[in-house]
Amino acid sequence: MTRYLLRRVWYMLITLFIIATFSFFLMKILPGSPLNAEDKLSEEQKEIILEKYGLNDPIPVQYAKYLGGLVKGDLGVSFKFDNTPVTAILFDRIGPSALLGFQALVVGSILGIFLGLMASIFRNSPIDFSSTIIAVIGTSIPSFVFAGLLQYVFAVKLGWFPVALWGEFEHTILPTIALAIHPMATAARFTRTEMVEVLHSNYIITARAKGVSESGIILKHGLRNALIPLITVLGPMAVGLMTGSMVIEQIFAIPGIGEQFVTSVMVNDYPTIMGTTLLFAFGFIVIILIIDLLYGLIDPRIRLAGGK
Amino acid sequence: MKKQYAWLLALSLVLSMFLAACSGGDKETADDNKKPADEPKVEQTLNFINGDTIPSMDPSLGTDEYAFQFLGATMEGLYRLDEKGQVSDGIATEHKVSDDGKTWTFTLREDAKWSNGDPVTANDFVYAWQRAVDPATGSEYGPYMMGGVIKNATAVNKGEVPVDQLGVKADGDFTLVVELENATPYFESLTTFGTFLPLNKKFVEEKGDTFATSADTLLSNGPFKFSTWTSTAQEWDLVKNETYWDAKTVKLEKMHYVVVKDPQTAVDLYEKGEVDRAGLSSDLVDQYATHDDYTVEPDTSVFYLKLNQTKNKALANVNVRAAISRAFDKQALVDEILNNGSIVANGLVPKDFVPTPDGKDFREVSGDQVTYDVKKAKEFWEKGLAELGTKEVTIELLGGDAEVSKMMNQYLANQLSTNLPGLKVTLKEVPFEQRLELDTAMDYDMQFAGWGPDFLDPYTYMNLWLTDGGNNQMGYSNPEYDKLVNETATTLAQDPEARNKNFLKAEKILFEDAAIAPVYQRASALLVSPKVQGVFTNAFGATYEYKWASVGAAE
Repeated sequence: MTRYLLRRVWYMLITLFIIATFSFFLMKILPGSPLNAEDKLSEEQKEIILEKYGLNDPIPVQYAKYLGGLVKGDLGVSFKFDNTPVTAILFDRIGPSALLGFQALVVGSILGIFLGLMASIFRNSPIDFSSTIIAVIGTSIPSFVFAGLLQYVFAVKLGWFPVALWGEFEHTILPTIALAIHPMATAARFTRTEMVEVLHSNYIITARAKGVSESGIILKHGLRNALIPLITVLGPMAVGLMTGSMVIEQIFAIPGIGEQFVTSVMVNDYPTIMGTTLLFAFGFIVIILIIDLLYGLIDPRIRLAGGK
Repeated sequence: MKKQYAWLLALSLVLSMFLAACSGGDKETADDNKKPADEPKVEQTLNFINGDTIPSMDPSLGTDEYAFQFLGATMEGLYRLDEKGQVSDGIATEHKVSDDGKTWTFTLREDAKWSNGDPVTANDFVYAWQRAVDPATGSEYGPYMMGGVIKNATAVNKGEVPVDQLGVKADGDFTLVVELENATPYFESLTTFGTFLPLNKKFVEEKGDTFATSADTLLSNGPFKFSTWTSTAQEWDLVKNETYWDAKTVKLEKMHYVVVKDPQTAVDLYEKGEVDRAGLSSDLVDQYATHDDYTVEPDTSVFYLKLNQTKNKALANVNVRAAISRAFDKQALVDEILNNGSIVANGLVPKDFVPTPDGKDFREVSGDQVTYDVKKAKEFWEKGLAELGTKEVTIELLGGDAEVSKMMNQYLANQLSTNLPGLKVTLKEVPFEQRLELDTAMDYDMQFAGWGPDFLDPYTYMNLWLTDGGNNQMGYSNPEYDKLVNETATTLAQDPEARNKNFLKAEKILFEDAAIAPVYQRASALLVSPKVQGVFTNAFGATYEYKWASVGAAE
């Protein structure tokens, strides 16, 4: 297990290195420069400023310098926010995004599993159909449309929740729901399909023959097995939340990391672009690692294969 | 000698006190008349939306509208612009200009204080201005705003001479002597700009790299100060600065700001009464144009087509350019596409920007230089085609890629190709940064571009089209235009009448040459609560001025 973990961490570092390299060079292809008054300055004046930011060095030199800092955990200083280290910006912004993402993932998967479960138990009934409709709508309509609708109905018209901004728990409710709809739909679909399949398998028939109660069959034997494939989609779901948050944060005016990422790309704030990209990448990799470990816990066959 | 000087100082002090008392008195009586009606007293707090975080509060490093907005609210330079766009008392109470117009001697008030209690002195200006052009600072606006204006600014920035050679000296604590490269008639308005604000050297050096990154690392000498703020904050408060020399004029106690980027969200917050002002994007205007609080705020940015004479042979022909600049309906563009109160531009210098010496609006005096006129456009077009010896011309239009820009590009292309037979307009829509690169490389035919003023003088627009001017980038060159415009900054610099004549003549020449095709002058549509009073917009620098603002009764 330790060896397995060590190997995974090593792979993670390599992945991050590759991502850092790719993003660095991709970013350099972006048109423009971090200068704001570019149209007003003479070439000579631009040179003086670029020199100060180290942007006059050849790109490989800049790349080497950046990696050097990265190894020491130094992500550099933002170009946009004068004198503010990128790490400070990330720390400042990660909280709201992480909270929203976590809440949305929990709410989404619990609701989704419940919906899927109901649909599979009452198969081909109105409950099943409405659950399927909800799932289809949830997957096909982008979260920002939901966000706008929720904001209009529950905040502007009914006045139950704040329109936007950040601070209290009540501020998190609408954005969490908007973000949760997509994971919920995914979870519902997966749970239903898997449950239907599992409930037809031989060991369920055996359990029934042994006289296990219906609730025991569904929860203990059925759901546990149906959840394994669901864990696989948790990863993509989490990534969906990260990208979804960029738009949701803008609509609800939340000081999150997704919103910051978009802004820094717009103004060519190179160090912040790199910092946020690496943070997203890191988050994704960690989630995948956790899911792989969870797999081993839930499914003994995988544990054997991974631990050899 | 010394005694005389002291006398002068005392005299000016007494005078300034007298003046201050007078103006203060005026306001108070006005207040007294109002008070009974205004009872009960309303809380002097306003809630506003900001379009983004404030990335920098360092006057030397600030570059965007938000930096200048909050620098203007929390700090004060030599002068401040009042409601009419005239300079009013700031840290300076008066100035004298030498006969050659190159030496400006400012007398500073002695009662101005930083928020830590230190006096604001002439040395604070010297330090700040030197810092702005010091290459080690890496300022963008320092060399841009001061270069060619203050003596040696460009040389200092290039590192050719040490910073102490910059043409700004303190003569004692309260006299600032500024030496200029040339007589600069608009220098007075320049001193209101963020880059020219003073800095407390001791404080800045003590804070080092953390200077101006949070409320604790800032010093204020203006009407307001931050009570909470960090450079990445999405929410902050400004409160009245009690140490401000003119604190008695400031009525507003507090301004609360939140960052909201989505226009629909901004309007929703406004409707809920959580904010007192919200901007309207073009798609929201129709829905809210009949709202009681709907307001149009005029702006001084002008947008036009740059016609590059060096790349496409057709555009080198003056008749072709003259045809293009008359062949599109601007009124329909501002009404249907922009839909936010923007107005048609028929010249270069914007409306309501600068007055002529006899007090009229420059735009009005200069009149419509080029209007939408299909008949004339066709005449020029036929002539141009005949001279070129062709029947068909293809021209590329370079424009922005934002939603509204795209609509405008398509509209212009359609208008031009419909009204000018044989003209095919192709579109190239790119992000702003890329457009600038293509502009610098002069790699375009026609370009949809715009300009906002850097100081209150027609020169800020006129110098764009000087031969080899940094922003010309379209191969326009007319020696007579150059002569007229250059004279306003050199030989005629001190003669307002003659300068005005030159500007008028130069603008005429520009459009006889059909160098550019003006399209529109920007405005923005907003919802503003009627309780927001005494807030006005500036033609340049800080967008809003809050010094004289107050909260009126709600209804």
